[in-house]
Amino acid sequence: MITRLFGRQPFGLAIAAPYIVFLAVVMAYPLAYAVWISFYDYVFAAPGVSLDHEFVGLANYRAALTDPRVQQSFVNIVVFLAINVPLTVSLSMVLASALNAITRWTAAFRVAFYVPYVTASVSLIGVWMLLFSEDGIVNSILGPLAPSPSWLVNDALAMPSIALFVTWKQLGFYILLYLAALQAVPRELYESASTDGAGALQRFWHITVPGVRSTTLIVLILSIIVGANLFTEPYLLTNGGGPDGASSSPVLLIYQKGIQQGNPDVASAIGVLLVIGVGLLSLISTRLTKES
Amino acid sequence: MPRTLKNVVFYLVLALMALAFFAPFYFMVVGAFQENPTNTPGDLFPTDGWTLQNVASINERISLVRSLANSLVFALGVLAGTLTFGLLAGYALARLQWRGRTSLFVVMLGVQMVPFQLLMIPLYVQVASYYQLGDTYAGMILPFLINTAAVFIFRQFFRALPESIFEAARIDGAGELRVLWSVAIPMVKPAIATVVLITFIGPWNEFLWPFLITKDASIQPLAVALANFISNAARAEANPNGVILAGACALALPVVILFCLFQKHFRPSDIGAGVKG
Repeated sequence: MITRLFGRQPFGLAIAAPYIVFLAVVMAYPLAYAVWISFYDYVFAAPGVSLDHEFVGLANYRAALTDPRVQQSFVNIVVFLAINVPLTVSLSMVLASALNAITRWTAAFRVAFYVPYVTASVSLIGVWMLLFSEDGIVNSILGPLAPSPSWLVNDALAMPSIALFVTWKQLGFYILLYLAALQAVPRELYESASTDGAGALQRFWHITVPGVRSTTLIVLILSIIVGANLFTEPYLLTNGGGPDGASSSPVLLIYQKGIQQGNPDVASAIGVLLVIGVGLLSLISTRLTKES
Repeated sequence: MPRTLKNVVFYLVLALMALAFFAPFYFMVVGAFQENPTNTPGDLFPTDGWTLQNVASINERISLVRSLANSLVFALGVLAGTLTFGLLAGYALARLQWRGRTSLFVVMLGVQMVPFQLLMIPLYVQVASYYQLGDTYAGMILPFLINTAAVFIFRQFFRALPESIFEAARIDGAGELRVLWSVAIPMVKPAIATVVLITFIGPWNEFLWPFLITKDASIQPLAVALANFISNAARAEANPNGVILAGACALALPVVILFCLFQKHFRPSDIGAGVKG
C-alpha cells in the first residue's frame, strides 16, 4: 500500500521533503502570488489587517505599458543585452579555449579570470565608480579622448558602461562553463584536423564552436536572465538609474514602484512582462543554437 | 611565425587580458591604504602617503566587525541549510526510487529559469508582513536556505557512486540514514568542498534581498551597509575615495582569500554539472 502510494523507497520522499517544501514556499507560491497580484488592485496592509483586493483585469499592465519610464527601462535593458550577451558568449568561448590550450601557469590564469566573479558586486562597483569618474584614472589615460559628460553621467554611455561592467564581472563564470564543455570535445578531432592542415582559426570554428553548442545555449539563456535581473549596478553605479532614467532597469522600477511607492500591483505586472520577455528571448536563443 | 614566438605572443595576449581582470583589485587594495588614491597612471605605484585612516573612517560609519559578523551569520545560515537539506535531497534524487522523483527534478530545472526579481515583491510581502521576519537573520536567510545548484552537484556525485557499496551496507543491516551518513557522504567529500565554496560566496555577496528586508543598521550585512554608505554618506568624508576602497576591501577580501585557498575545488566539471543538471 505504502509502496503504491509513495514508490519503492518512500524514505526518499521523506528526506527530500524539506527541499520540496522550500521550493513550494519560496518559489511556487510567490510565483503564483506575483501573477495574482498583477491582476488585482493591491496595496500593502498593516500586519494582521485583511483587505479586499479588487480584480482589475489588465489595468496594471496598461499602467505599466503606458508609463514612459517603464518603456524607457525596457529599451535600456534591450541595449544592455545587445552589448552584454554577444560579448559574453564570444569572449568567454575564446578565453576558455585559450585557457584550455595552455600548459603553464594554468591555475594563476584561471584565478585571475574568476576573481571578479567571486567578488561582491558592491565592492567592484565602488572601484569602477572611481576608475570611470570625471577625473578618474581611465579619463586621465584617455586625455582629450575622454567622453564629456563622463561615462556614468552620460545619457548615451551610462547603459553601455554598465553592460561592460557586468560582462567583465560575470565572465569568469561563463568561462568556467565553457571549460567544462571543452573537456568533452574529443582531442582526436583537433589532431586529425591539424594533420589535414586546418589552422587554429579553422579548428576553433569547425570543431570548438559546434562542440560546445549546448553550453552556448546555456550561456545565452543565463546571461539573458542575469541581464534581465539588473538592479545593483544602475542603483549604485549610476545613482538610481541616472542620468534622467538613461540607465534605469525594469527591476529598479519594480523596486521603486513596488516597495518605495507602495504599488506592488503595477510592479508585479512589470515583473510578469519581464519574464515573458526573457521567455521569448530564450526561445529565440534555442532556435538560433539548434543544429541546422 | 616560428612556433615558440607564436607561443610567446599567445601567452602575452592572455596575460594582458588577465591583467585587465585583475587590475581593479590592485587599484582597490593600494587605494584603500593611501591618503589620497591616485587618478593618474604615473602614481599607480605609490612610494609614500600610506595610511590606515581610511579603515578607521569606514569603521566609524559602519561598524566593520558588526556588519562582517552579520554577513557571516547570513552566509553560514545558508550554508548550514544547503548542506543539511541539500545532501538529503541530492541523495534521494540520485539513489532512491520514490514517487515524484522525476517531477521534482523537472521542477528544479524550471527553478533555475525563474528570475528571483519576479518573486521579490511576493517574497517581501510574505517575509516582512506574514511571517514578521523583517530585520531578522531568518528573514534574510529564508529565500536562499537551500541552493538548487548545490542539490544538482550532490545528485551528480551521488549518482556516480557504485550501487554495490550501498547493497553491501544494506546487507550488513545498516538503515537508510546510516547508509547515507557513514557510506555515501564520506565518498562525496570533494563535492562538499565545492558546494561549501559556491554556497558561501552567494549570500556573502548578495545585496538586493538583505537590502530590502533589513532597515535596522545593526543587522545589515556588510554589502548593504557599504552600499548605503556609498550612495549616502561618502561625500561627507575628507578622503571619500580612500574610504570607499577600504570598505570595498573589507567586503571583498574574505571571499577572495577563501577562494584562492580553495580554488582547486572550483572545478569546471563540478560546477558545470550544477548548472546543467
